Amino acid sequence: MGTIRGRLITIGILILASIAALLPRNITQRVVDQQTGRMKDTTIRRVPVNLGLDLQGGIHLALEVDESNGPVPDCADAIQRAERVVRTRIDEFGTTEPVVQIQGRCRLIVELAGEKDPARAKSVIQRTAFLEFRITDMQNQFQNTLPQIDAVLRKAGVRSRGAAPSAVSQLFGSDTSKVTRDSAAEASTPGALSSLLFQGQLPGEFLVPEEQWEVADSLIQRPDVRQAMPRGIDLKWGAQVESRGAKSYRALYAVESRPIITGEELTKATARRDQLTNQSVVDFALSRRGGRKFGEETARHIQHYMAIILDGRVQGQPPIIKSQISSRGQIELGTKPLQEASDLALVLRAGALPAPLQIVEERAIGASLGEDSINDGIRAGIVGVVLVILIMVGYYRLSGVLAVGALTLYCLFTIAGLSAFGFTLTLPGLAGFVLSIGIAVDANVLIFERIREELVHGKSLRLAVDDGFKHAMNAIVDSNVSTALTAFILYLVGTGPVKGFAITLIIGIAASMVSAIFVVKTLFLIWLQRRPAMTTLSV
Amino acid sequence: MIRFFANANYDFIKWRNWAYGITAAIMLVGLGFLATRGLNYSIEFTGGTLMQVETKTVVPTGKIRQALDDVGLHGAEIQSFGSETSYVIRARITAEGATTEAGTQAVATVVRRALDASVGAGQYSVVRTEEVRPKVGKELQGKAFLAIILSFFVTLVYLAARFEWRFGLAAVLATAHDVLATIAFISVMHLEVSLIVVGAVLTVVGYSLNDTIIIFDRVRENLHKYRRQNLYEILNLSINETLPRSVLTHGTTIATTLALLLLAGEVIRPFAWVMTFGIFTGTFSSIYIAAPILLLIEKRWPGEDARGARALGARAPTVPTGPSAPAVPKPPAPTPPRVPVR
Repeated sequence: MGTIRGRLITIGILILASIAALLPRNITQRVVDQQTGRMKDTTIRRVPVNLGLDLQGGIHLALEVDESNGPVPDCADAIQRAERVVRTRIDEFGTTEPVVQIQGRCRLIVELAGEKDPARAKSVIQRTAFLEFRITDMQNQFQNTLPQIDAVLRKAGVRSRGAAPSAVSQLFGSDTSKVTRDSAAEASTPGALSSLLFQGQLPGEFLVPEEQWEVADSLIQRPDVRQAMPRGIDLKWGAQVESRGAKSYRALYAVESRPIITGEELTKATARRDQLTNQSVVDFALSRRGGRKFGEETARHIQHYMAIILDGRVQGQPPIIKSQISSRGQIELGTKPLQEASDLALVLRAGALPAPLQIVEERAIGASLGEDSINDGIRAGIVGVVLVILIMVGYYRLSGVLAVGALTLYCLFTIAGLSAFGFTLTLPGLAGFVLSIGIAVDANVLIFERIREELVHGKSLRLAVDDGFKHAMNAIVDSNVSTALTAFILYLVGTGPVKGFAITLIIGIAASMVSAIFVVKTLFLIWLQRRPAMTTLSV
Repeated sequence: MIRFFANANYDFIKWRNWAYGITAAIMLVGLGFLATRGLNYSIEFTGGTLMQVETKTVVPTGKIRQALDDVGLHGAEIQSFGSETSYVIRARITAEGATTEAGTQAVATVVRRALDASVGAGQYSVVRTEEVRPKVGKELQGKAFLAIILSFFVTLVYLAARFEWRFGLAAVLATAHDVLATIAFISVMHLEVSLIVVGAVLTVVGYSLNDTIIIFDRVRENLHKYRRQNLYEILNLSINETLPRSVLTHGTTIATTLALLLLAGEVIRPFAWVMTFGIFTGTFSSIYIAAPILLLIEKRWPGEDARGARALGARAPTVPTGPSAPAVPKPPAPTPPRVPVR
């Protein structure tokens, strides 16, 4: 009696744990905000089973360092830098849960679920990281030409949108709605571009409300606006979204077109915390040629702001140049956390990517195809299960019913196991699962056949059941361990979908051992206890 | 109570030469196909481009092929895939001329251009593309081979520890036979060898081993139980005793693989074919290859279980050794009918 209760409690705990592993839970995802088209973090509730790309559709890319222009000495380091760059770029896709991971030593895997356009994904990822330092627009040339640009836009029929406060206004000024003299002199209507811009904290910095940056971007991309730009000045967006108070802003920088130096010359960048001033600092080193050039330039630009631009995006707020810098310099980040400093150092190193990336493998699966695969797989699974149930119950009668009950638990345990360990369900994994249902009953078949044999040998019911389980155990353990070993090798050696298949197989073996041996034995014990007078077993 | 093959008493081992013959014939046919046609490696292994296209209306494959030729993509393979409006286009890097005009990276673009011209833009959608560089494919081939060899080695060690090396060797040889037979089958059926199919071959390895081990486990047990029987008889007895289990388990497994084969869609179909064949060859080899080979090994290098194997030679026993040895012996003294419940 005691053993039965203990067994039932164990089974109950297993079932509860499995159900707990499958309950919908809050998961933080980065998703596209429909209104602004930007990425943001949201939490959603869903069942924690991850579907592979082949089931939900998406793009899988494998990248390596391109060595066609000469060998790269340390590809592992290069790939680590590349991972950093790709990670920062991946937000452009608006993919939920993008995967960027290093496989082996020198290969980078990128998985974008739901993304449909491989060409776009490739172009964004493969774009070589380009780092440059540029001085910001110290003479406010851009701000001074804003009225002309507004005039050009007005002539082209572009109206300012919405009720945004007009003109270049002080963000933290007294009255943001006050119309400044410049545009008031031009026209009574606010300028299309200037109405979107707020003055930033340093020369050449402007802030655009997050929800309007797309409009602003489309305006500054216009050929006629580019024509009207002051000579030698470019506009570059900041890489991060900044929040000031309740609103989010994106920084726009007017910078000189000519970089004072590019990432080619950068050899090193490390983050540290200054012991004396307790400031976060990024140290960087330049090549000798770069150092000479940088020294000349910085001598001319003392007290000017220098924008660090990676792939056309300004990284962080431009730091001020305090003195002449030659081959070694440092960027002071003030009281900002060290994490930010190491991020910047990583970006700087990433910018100095020694070689471009090359795509060595690419798969793109349409979402509809993935859905079809799931539906077909589930249909095959259901038919397979029904057939197995028919065979088992038809042959073993009541004992077969017990085995089917164990099979139900087997399915629950396997799916819960996949979910609990965070494994991804792939199409081969689904096929492996369906197949494993057929194989999972093997342990029960072995046990039942043994019980029959023991009964034929004239043993009592209770003894036949006990001995049946005991004698079948050797065969069950040996056969399952050898299958698990092959599956384990498959897991070690295989990649992608095959790994998923192997994992499903291993979890399935473990689950079938528990359900076929432990659960069925318990059911038998209960059965025998309820009917002590029973002389024949329906097996 | 339904019982299949209860108290079956077939002389399986007697038919071993027939079994060798059948297997040799299958292998020869497979080898012939392998030598002349080779294996149909997927682009995962060869490198190249695969595109699965779904069209709104039925388009003859000849028309697509013509369009591909027109844009300079020769030697691409076009197959309909599951339905009449679904096609798979494969351009292998090894396929002659497939990449003379365009590198792998550009093949997808070229195919799209060809489809725009022949099917019409907007009349089709590309539901799947795969592009693999040959270097990755090379790695995969090595890995697949490594996986099979490693699994053999690990099994050999495990079985040597659990049984003894003779059993391990017999099981591994029988499984190696299954791998060869499966590869022959893949070649004859011209199935595409993808990663999933390699996974299926490895599953067959596991399944066949599983089956052999169940029988060997019974052999081990019976060797201890019936001291007077020779190995030949013990093998036959063990196979007969495990026959009901074999029928049941193979039945349920076949049921699920058939469900996969018929219902799980085109991508899984090669996997299901290999598994279906693998179940048959695995069952066959456990009975007709593993057991006779164990007999051969014991004859060559007799261990303590080699009772009578040497004396038997390769022939069935005409006169039972020892004083009357029935194939299914009487059970040992029956245990008392009532035993106190623990």
